[in-house]
Amino acid sequence: MGILIDENTRVVVQGITGREAASFTEWMLDYGTKVVAGVTPGKEGMKVHGVPVYNTVKAAVENHDANTSVVSVPPRFTKDAVMEAIDAGIELVSVFTERVPRSDVIEMIQFAKDHGARIIGPNSLGSIVPGKAKLAAIGGPTEETNKAYTPGPVAVLSRSGGMMTETCSLMSVNGIGQSVAINVGGDPIIGSMFHELLPLLEKDPETRAVVIYGEPGTVAEETLADYIKEHGFSKPVVAFIGGGFVDKMPGQRFGHAAVIVTGKKGSVEGKKEALRDAGVLVADYHSEIITLLKEVLKMK
Amino acid sequence: MRLYEYESKMLLEKYGIPLPKRILVKTPEEAAKAVEELGGKAVIKAQVLTGGRGKAGGIKIANSPEEAKKLTEEILKMKINDFPVVAVLVEELLNIDKELFLACTYDEVAKQRIMLISDAGGVDINEVVEKDPSRVYREWFNPFYGMMAFKAKKMADFLKLPKDADRALQSVIMRLYNLAVDYDTTLAEINPLVLTKDGKIVAADAHIEIEDDAMYRQQQRLEGMGIHDRPSTPREPTEFEKLAEENDMSDHRGVAGRAIDFGGSLGCIIGAGGGSLTTFDAILRYGGNPANYCEVGGNPPVKKVYGLAKLVLSKPGVKGLLVCHNVYSNSRVDLVARGVIKAMLDLGINPAEYPVVYRGAGAFEEDGYAILRKYGVRYYDRRLGMDQAAKLAVEMLKLIEEKEKEGKSLEEAQKEVAQYIKTEEFVKKVLGEEVAKKVLEGL
Ligand SMILES: Nc1ncnc2c1ncn2[C@@H]1O[C@H](COP(=O)(O)OP(=O)(O)OP(=O)(O)O)[C@@H](O)[C@H]1O
Ligand SMILES: [Mg+2]
Repeated sequence: MGILIDENTRVVVQGITGREAASFTEWMLDYGTKVVAGVTPGKEGMKVHGVPVYNTVKAAVENHDANTSVVSVPPRFTKDAVMEAIDAGIELVSVFTERVPRSDVIEMIQFAKDHGARIIGPNSLGSIVPGKAKLAAIGGPTEETNKAYTPGPVAVLSRSGGMMTETCSLMSVNGIGQSVAINVGGDPIIGSMFHELLPLLEKDPETRAVVIYGEPGTVAEETLADYIKEHGFSKPVVAFIGGGFVDKMPGQRFGHAAVIVTGKKGSVEGKKEALRDAGVLVADYHSEIITLLKEVLKMK
Repeated sequence: MRLYEYESKMLLEKYGIPLPKRILVKTPEEAAKAVEELGGKAVIKAQVLTGGRGKAGGIKIANSPEEAKKLTEEILKMKINDFPVVAVLVEELLNIDKELFLACTYDEVAKQRIMLISDAGGVDINEVVEKDPSRVYREWFNPFYGMMAFKAKKMADFLKLPKDADRALQSVIMRLYNLAVDYDTTLAEINPLVLTKDGKIVAADAHIEIEDDAMYRQQQRLEGMGIHDRPSTPREPTEFEKLAEENDMSDHRGVAGRAIDFGGSLGCIIGAGGGSLTTFDAILRYGGNPANYCEVGGNPPVKKVYGLAKLVLSKPGVKGLLVCHNVYSNSRVDLVARGVIKAMLDLGINPAEYPVVYRGAGAFEEDGYAILRKYGVRYYDRRLGMDQAAKLAVEMLKLIEEKEKEGKSLEEAQKEVAQYIKTEEFVKKVLGEEVAKKVLEGL
């Protein structure tokens, strides 16, 4: 069984009649994902690539047993769409929309917490368990997805959608497949941070190693390092952080409060140090991920 | 968007937070008059989009209108952390007993708003708190419950102020929280929040930042207060950056821009977001000298890539080109290739004779490769890592510059290197036998 999703996952796409959502719905279907319904208020009765559209998530759940949602609605409607899905009993919500204001994001995350649901994103291109199922736009059309993502033993968690595909593609051409790849989302506040996904990967028998793609800003990587130090993690973790040059760029402004809340965290060098300190193997160059993975998987 | 102190204080005022009397001025003469109005003595404060003004000499006490005139003249000429001083706030001189600190921001890990309060307010807050974290009290807020009176009471009680001041502080805490929520602030900070000798609580400074992604619901009322949207970078964009921005704005589809001028000799057409960061890092780590940073992604049309490529290729000092993007699933490899080739042809550059390292992969890659082959450009596919492409490009530039040192003209050097980098020998030298074999096979 894969993590988060598999071939039995039943997906509803909120905002399915939008241009982008319609095209990734087609890609998901073609990949074999069960997209059972779509939701766009006022468009009930329509079909998008054969998928029936409803006005509410409730109807999608009642008629099709949907248990997972992909949300691709304009930023101002995203909070409500996510809460509607959770209220209807959806357990996993992958939020594709970007530029959702943070005060909306914390509300939808609180709502998910209060109802025992999980959010991936916002600003997530999606997730994939290669060969089984995928959420949202990750990997693009099937032909492209198959070139980049192949089944295997390594879980990939990434803050960048594009670099997740790049990383998995480079792994795949080097004969290293993925147990799951999750684009956690590019925003400062997200439903599932790296360290919050680690327990799932620890339990997953198919995952033998983990790759992390990080970026400058926020404390996602430092928090991951703290988590590993405190709770331990039995599988090797390889990390790469893009954008180190930003550390030296002028115009980085932080208020006093930001510095007090995060300490001096946020810089790429600081992140790498924290991760190394927690026993994570840190790649300085992106292609070094492959070298390190081959070592930990004893492929040579 | 960061607000100026005087704008931040307009918001505090709206929420009934006590403030010193103050007058915004733009000239030394106005400053002199303002000081007179405030009783002959006042604080002269630089209005600038950065902190640490006090330490940089942007906050001065004027003991007379004459002095105010002189100080204002000096302060208006200042740049602080590269940011220009746009005006001066002439402010009532407070009789300070204690400087406190109060702020509301987001905690990314708790995923809630957090408020911070401390008695170590003032220009040295960070140093003091780093040494002694116990000087700050933190309170987190469930967004559905919001501010509750007891939370403000707990926070204020941390400072153990006299009863009236404690009451006043609680009220400021609640008001600041409400302001933060209503205005989508990522930061609402009062440092210092002053306890005056006569027991009053007054906000002597304010720093508010409003989330860019929330501007759609904030812009209108901010404009109503005379607060306009603005870029947050200190320096003026260079000509290259301006043109690149114009080109990117010429069509709403995708991105072919976010260009930053680095002044070097390696022109870069890189993408998308994370891919640009990753490639650019590698260029710098390998000792390269990039002409520019940029991002190409989100499926831009040919004309935008063309526009950007033309700007990069004709940028003074550019001697060679790196095209490198992560595996595209949404953007099209062929459209990027088309844009780059068209730019070369328009500039009278023969693509086959120009030094370029081209690494592209993803959607419509076969069509892209066909175009590149047709024009004699050596390309690499997904087997070549992005950092490896960067290394090839950095070495390519070194070869060009070596030849120039040997006395060859730039055109000669470019022509020779353009041919040499297409050989297996070059790739082997830079990346080693094993990698070279792997990435070149079948190309
Ligand atoms: N109206 C005033 N009356 C008396 N003193 C003041 C007044 N305004 C500021 N000061 C003094 O000047 C110091 C610096 O002022 P302020 O905090 O406004 O600027 P700053 O240096 O930019 O702050 P920051 O370090 O928070 O960016 C304050 O800590 C306070 O001691
Ligand atoms: Mg201050």
